[in-house]
Amino acid sequence: MAWPALPLLVLLAATRAAALASPTNIFAPASTPAHSIYRLSIFELEVLGAIFVVVSSLLAYAAIRFRDGRQEGQAEPPQIYGSNQMELAWTVLPVLIVVVLFLSSAQVIHRVQDAPEPPGSIEVTAVAHRFWWEYRYPQLGLVVANELHVPVSDPSRPTPTYIHLLSADVDHSFWVPRLAGKTDLIPNHPNDMWIDPHQSGLYLGQCAQYCGTEHAKMLLRVYVQSRDEFDRWAQGQQQPAVTSSSVAVGSALFISKACFACHTIGGTIAAGKAGPDLTHLMSRDTIGSGSVPNTPDNLQKWVRNPAVFKTGTLMPAQDLTDQELQQIVAYLVTLR
Amino acid sequence: MAASTDSLPRFAARKNALAVIYEWLGTADHKKIGLMYIVYALVFLVVMGVEAVLMRIQLAHANSSFLSPEVFNRLFTLHGTTGVFFVGMPILFGFGNYLVPLMIGARDMAYPRLNAFSFWMTAFGGLLLYASFFAGNSVAQAGIAPDVGWFAYAPLTATAFSPGHSTDYWNLALLVAGVGSISGGVNFIATILGLRCPGMTLSRMPLLVWMNLVMGGLVLVTISPLTAAQLMLLADRYLGAHFFDPQAGGSVVMWMHFFWIFGHPEVYVLIIPCFAFISEIVPVFSRKAIFGYPAMVAATTSIGFVSLGVWAHHLFTIGMPSYGNAFFVLTTMVVAVPTGIKIFNWLATMWGGRIRFATPMLFAVGFLFQFLIGGLTGIMLATAPFDWQLANSYFVVAHFHYVIVGGILFSIFAAFYYWFPKMTGRLLNETLGKWNFWILLVGFHLTFDTMYVPGLLGMPRRIYTYEAGRGWESWNLITSIGVIFQGVAVLIFVYNMVWSYLRGPLAGNDPWDAWTLEWATTSPPPEYNFAQTPAVRSRRPLWDIKHPEDPDSKYE
Repeated sequence: MAWPALPLLVLLAATRAAALASPTNIFAPASTPAHSIYRLSIFELEVLGAIFVVVSSLLAYAAIRFRDGRQEGQAEPPQIYGSNQMELAWTVLPVLIVVVLFLSSAQVIHRVQDAPEPPGSIEVTAVAHRFWWEYRYPQLGLVVANELHVPVSDPSRPTPTYIHLLSADVDHSFWVPRLAGKTDLIPNHPNDMWIDPHQSGLYLGQCAQYCGTEHAKMLLRVYVQSRDEFDRWAQGQQQPAVTSSSVAVGSALFISKACFACHTIGGTIAAGKAGPDLTHLMSRDTIGSGSVPNTPDNLQKWVRNPAVFKTGTLMPAQDLTDQELQQIVAYLVTLR
Repeated sequence: MAASTDSLPRFAARKNALAVIYEWLGTADHKKIGLMYIVYALVFLVVMGVEAVLMRIQLAHANSSFLSPEVFNRLFTLHGTTGVFFVGMPILFGFGNYLVPLMIGARDMAYPRLNAFSFWMTAFGGLLLYASFFAGNSVAQAGIAPDVGWFAYAPLTATAFSPGHSTDYWNLALLVAGVGSISGGVNFIATILGLRCPGMTLSRMPLLVWMNLVMGGLVLVTISPLTAAQLMLLADRYLGAHFFDPQAGGSVVMWMHFFWIFGHPEVYVLIIPCFAFISEIVPVFSRKAIFGYPAMVAATTSIGFVSLGVWAHHLFTIGMPSYGNAFFVLTTMVVAVPTGIKIFNWLATMWGGRIRFATPMLFAVGFLFQFLIGGLTGIMLATAPFDWQLANSYFVVAHFHYVIVGGILFSIFAAFYYWFPKMTGRLLNETLGKWNFWILLVGFHLTFDTMYVPGLLGMPRRIYTYEAGRGWESWNLITSIGVIFQGVAVLIFVYNMVWSYLRGPLAGNDPWDAWTLEWATTSPPPEYNFAQTPAVRSRRPLWDIKHPEDPDSKYE
């Protein structure tokens, strides 16, 4: 009868071992909302763990102690029909526990959801598309795709990022476990959330609401940078694309092969909105919303037929000759 | 003994096959309908099991390409839909159908033909869902089976995102099955309120009957919102309505509320009949009366009522105001109180008893431990902030499988081992039963204990693949390995049923020395159930007969 403790042990061992191993561990918070949730969850795990130990021990004890001793023909045990005192006890005690758990959760709900937005915070509008992310920075006049950049928020001089969540098509959910809990992006139902990462670094996550074929490859990447790095990045992104004459053929093909219908490249006539903005494509580490590293080789495979990396992507395979493909990719890799 | 062997089907005069088919297709007998429900559900249990196996092969490793995303998405949609509507509900309706009239000393359900109608509607719904495999493909690449998930959130179900007819198969199949469920619910309520034998007041009904009464009431108020929402979806897709179309003033969130005001009480529609099994089995194998009968009835009815006010805990991440979130935290946690009362009463029933660990009791005790964990993880999910992390992650998947497999399936196995002798006249083999239990137990814990962990490490549900390096691989591998054990356990069970049906020892009327009315008649019972309408004077009529010196009726 050792098995009732198994789940608890597994859970404990797991959280311990995995705390270091996983970049998306909810028990390794790096931002205030995630921290508040973490503290509440540890408190709750302690309370529930205690309940589990008590009740399962009683069950195990009863199962062992009152096992039939195999003396045949023994009379039935005394029949006991109930006890009002006991019913009262195991009604009132759980009620008290529920009150405590409710109050502690209500406190965290209020602290996270109703936090006023301090001056100096960064505002981002995240628009979820099947199956990628668009980020707009209205204060900076920026539109980027798939890789969100935000500054570190120093607790003494907080610069949190407030994210306004929209959807262009179906339901999605923004979930970067180390920064905050998830919030859904729902068409015609704007939502808001905030993060204030305390350390720079790359934080991973992914869409957490089923949104169709490639739900699994709608990954989230949040780059938390020092304020200087962030400002430099924003400045770079604000520049229009520079087309060098050496890739003029590729840039012309981008228009004549209709790539421009879905993609924007700042400073050119390409202003499509259905796909990611490519103005500074090569400043991103990945393509396909985090599916594969952004290398010229992968880019070429992607443009030829995106389905090799992401079966259900809405970008169609391009009917290009090898030469045209190379010319377009040669152009794309100049978009730094 | 001779009487009971005579009524065994295989000794009956051989009828021609057509007559047998006609007899079953045309029957309005609650026992035959109950058995058809059960067999039908077992077939779909195997189907959904195969779907689970395929998904677990795909998820055993990172970046696996065993299944395409399209196929994976159809599989989880069918697995969930099948499990809730075509395994869980039918099997519980089947046991209820079989047992309720026997336990209240009635001849049949209140409306036998409506009963047959309910079954055939449910059966037709399941067949319609799977017919999508053959007929759903009307537009190129639109999918041959539904792939919108079992909660089918708008606007993914709109024609823009789900062209073709696969989504309609999902919608219509559940609509049809829903009509069957609602009429079944009516039948349970009418039977229990109207057909009890003389002396069986409400306060003397076996707990199983009480709990099926609550289940019937819940079915009425929960399935109807789903049916309404599905009619609206049908209008959206075919009549140009805009109920759930965000671009024309419709509301996507409205679907979520409709779905979950069905979806959450539905969980209780599934678990309350399982509480019923446990409430019958634990006392008999502990050799004691159920502890705190009135408290058990009160707890069950209050779970029924409170469960109607908790649905939005599925929606903590959609951006409800903080007061809305806090309200649903409170209502959801309140469910823990009556649920705790039940667990403590079962525990107190075992306390001081003489517990016989026959297979039904093993499964019942397994249920108690696993349901306890399922309940406690449910409290974690009820805590809105914690849920902001856990919602739609593998933690949720582990939690509800803990309840559905560790709770519901274990109690259904308990019920099979307990009532199979009544239904067939033959006992299931105890040795095989114990193998069945222990192997299932190992498989269950391998699969579902480890499944919590990737959820805590950020793994969302409904993804067909994941990248390496997130710390998810080993957990997913163990989860998949556990499925092998569960499969073996189910095979043992099927073998045991077939073997015991043909060769098992004869059960006699009352193999467990039990106390409720179904054990007063032959196994299997004759078509008319009781030659004479029984009369009862306590909650345990057979105890009164077996212990005339100390009858329950003295104390009630």
